[in-house]
Amino acid sequence: MPQFRFQVNRRAAVVDTSPERPLLDVLREDLKLTGTKYGCGEGQCRACTVLLDGKPIVSCVTPVRAAAGKAITTIEGLAEDARLQPVQQAFVDEGALQCGYCTPGMVLRTAALLKANPSPSEEQIVAALDGSLCRCCGYPRIVAAVRAAASRAS
Amino acid sequence: MHDELFEQERYELWEPAAYSFAPDRRQFLQSLAAGLLIVAVAPGQRATNTSLEARLHIGEDGRVTILSGKVEEGQGPRAELAAAAAEELGLQVSDIDVVLGDTALVPNDGITAGSRTTPGTVPLVRRAAATARELLRSAGASSYKELAKAPQLVKAYKEGLPEGISVRPAGEWRVLGKPQARPNSRDIVTGAHKFPSDVERPGMLYGAVLRPPTWGATLAALKSPTVAGATVVRDGDFAACFAPTSFAARKGVEALAEGAEWKEKPHPASSENLYDHLRQTAQQDRARPTIRGDVQAALASASKRLKAAYRAAYIQHAPMEPRAAVAEWQDDQLTVWTGTSNPFAVREQLAQAFSIAQSKVRVIVPDFGGGFGGKHTGEAAIEAARLARAAGKPVHLRWTRAEEFTWAYARPAALIEVEGAVDDQRNIAAWDFTNYNSGGSAIETPYRTPNARIRFLPGDSPLRQGSYRALASTANNFAREAFTDELAAAAGMDPLEFRLANLANDRIRAVLVAAAEKFGWKERAKQTRANRGVGLACGTEKNSVVAACVEVEVDPKTGAPRLLEIVEAFECGAILNPAGLRAQVEGCILMGLGAALREELLFAGGRLKNPRFSGYRVPRFRDVPPKMEILLLDQKGAEPAGAGETPIIAVAPAMANAMFQATGKRVRSLPLRLV
Repeated sequence: MPQFRFQVNRRAAVVDTSPERPLLDVLREDLKLTGTKYGCGEGQCRACTVLLDGKPIVSCVTPVRAAAGKAITTIEGLAEDARLQPVQQAFVDEGALQCGYCTPGMVLRTAALLKANPSPSEEQIVAALDGSLCRCCGYPRIVAAVRAAASRAS
Repeated sequence: MHDELFEQERYELWEPAAYSFAPDRRQFLQSLAAGLLIVAVAPGQRATNTSLEARLHIGEDGRVTILSGKVEEGQGPRAELAAAAAEELGLQVSDIDVVLGDTALVPNDGITAGSRTTPGTVPLVRRAAATARELLRSAGASSYKELAKAPQLVKAYKEGLPEGISVRPAGEWRVLGKPQARPNSRDIVTGAHKFPSDVERPGMLYGAVLRPPTWGATLAALKSPTVAGATVVRDGDFAACFAPTSFAARKGVEALAEGAEWKEKPHPASSENLYDHLRQTAQQDRARPTIRGDVQAALASASKRLKAAYRAAYIQHAPMEPRAAVAEWQDDQLTVWTGTSNPFAVREQLAQAFSIAQSKVRVIVPDFGGGFGGKHTGEAAIEAARLARAAGKPVHLRWTRAEEFTWAYARPAALIEVEGAVDDQRNIAAWDFTNYNSGGSAIETPYRTPNARIRFLPGDSPLRQGSYRALASTANNFAREAFTDELAAAAGMDPLEFRLANLANDRIRAVLVAAAEKFGWKERAKQTRANRGVGLACGTEKNSVVAACVEVEVDPKTGAPRLLEIVEAFECGAILNPAGLRAQVEGCILMGLGAALREELLFAGGRLKNPRFSGYRVPRFRDVPPKMEILLLDQKGAEPAGAGETPIIAVAPAMANAMFQATGKRVRSLPLRLV
């Protein structure tokens, strides 16, 4: 089995695995980081979003070899020192979750958006999140949480 | 209408078991021995709060735990039950823990469906908590911590709940009626919460199941009974792999599929000829029509007579978390973690599948990733348990999205034929309404119809079908509200005026008036703007009422609608958790919008043609209307009713009616299309 090294949530990780295995599976099954969710396996719902060198990607269609040498942030690594990030706190405060299965992906997409654009317009929020699916259809509250997080961070 | 058994009949999916596993001799003997015990323990007994111990536990630290067989799938029982207990106990919500859906720990509260948690389970929890509060008072204890050590309480635990203990009236509420967040929100946003597909057990392996190429096909032969990197399990029609990773298990199943031979069935029905098929296969003898007056005579003598047929496509629930289970055997004891709305029924299914006593099976339902009526069954639980039995280790099984689209049950398709007439006084003189295939929920009309025939005719469904949020009331309300608009037009009346003149339900009248006033219906109904129109619809189901006014824009090239604005008014008695209620109403509107705009399962030859999100487009951020207003009418004097379903039923017919106003053409199918 080939060996792959990368950083996950600011720590070094080494895995021996088939290069074609989805990064999602490696995170969940080898590294036990189950906060990243399987939703479709085809990159169409974004539940599996992680940050690769700070950029959101769909880990279900990203082979593990593509992560070699890079830094990955999963939902477990977003909060430092057990304190919620403003984005996470905003999702809690705004009630922007129902079943919560899409939430890790939504939170990470929001974190990446606000890093690139600290005060996005509603249209920019929708454009950034549009491919992220929520079957509870809590979209209005998610948008409200993004706005709240933006105003809190600024 | 609110009888628990009736709800059960409507909600539980009755179909033959998917698999018949061969019992091994050792288990067969054990099940015989255990079978004698079944008589003594009376499995399936319903919880009726006969004992406080079953419902409420006070720890020596004073923390209170509420136990319920209901499950959390995002619809909010965890917050609601905690608030109900806190209200009666005189505690804070944060003082309460809630244990849900673990068959070894909780009372059997039946299936989580039918909007029954609020009217059925909340009162049981409140009564148990009120009893504990009375014990605290009568024992003269200063706190629940002190009470937990008092012998009086121990006695009360065993004797059951005394009669005559009253719950706090709505006028005195300090916790109920206030917005409550989901108690485990923090674990959701940090990724710490373990959904069923996140459960990890020592030595756990991963499974994948070989699926037939078409519905109903049976496995004739496997050319290669072994594959590299995974272990094959074959038991009758069940063929699957387990492996150290899900990737290896999936690869194993792909290799199996290449050498699998199937015996396939003919599939004459397709999404092209579906509605003819439903009509042709209708079982006339199974109809139990509601008859009032003489509908044929009224039709014959009426001044204006209309007839129309409406169609609603099969759609999928497509919860974000597909079916998943982790199964673990310890000797002949089976434990399964899975996402289901029906933990006790899944326990029964597992016991049957493996010929063991229910007392040997524990089903644990962690808060899971959405159901919407689609997870009433235990397919993944049974499959994972079969794999785990073969592996001798815990096995994790998660369906793929394609499996979830293809093999989970769908919302039934509907063909609805309506014939009606209005008289010279603009009354509905005749009403003849037939639902083919989809069901009887909200099939009755809330308008005065002295001459009526209303019936549901089951047929031969080409797809596996079952419950969906609000059941058949989505289709029935769509057809009824769209046809009522047609009758209003025939009578030469405004749709709102016609409804108000004919409604026989004051609660619907109240939400309809509230929505229409907020929307500015009277002025806006008279305006004309190119490709834009307004429409409204109302309805009732499960003891709650809803009305919606919408504005839509119709794309002149494609004929597709876009929702520009919705005002929806909803009333479900006294509001327990306004934050949770608003989330449910919002979610219902947008989920209903998906079925109105695009959602449709396309199939032919026993295969689904669009088993993926790219071909089956659910609502997304861009579909949210620019203006969305929700009016929650709080009826403090009325018993609280559930709210997770009924708010879905108004959006599609209101949009269809708005499309008529915009284009002059009637839209009679879901998804909405100008034809």
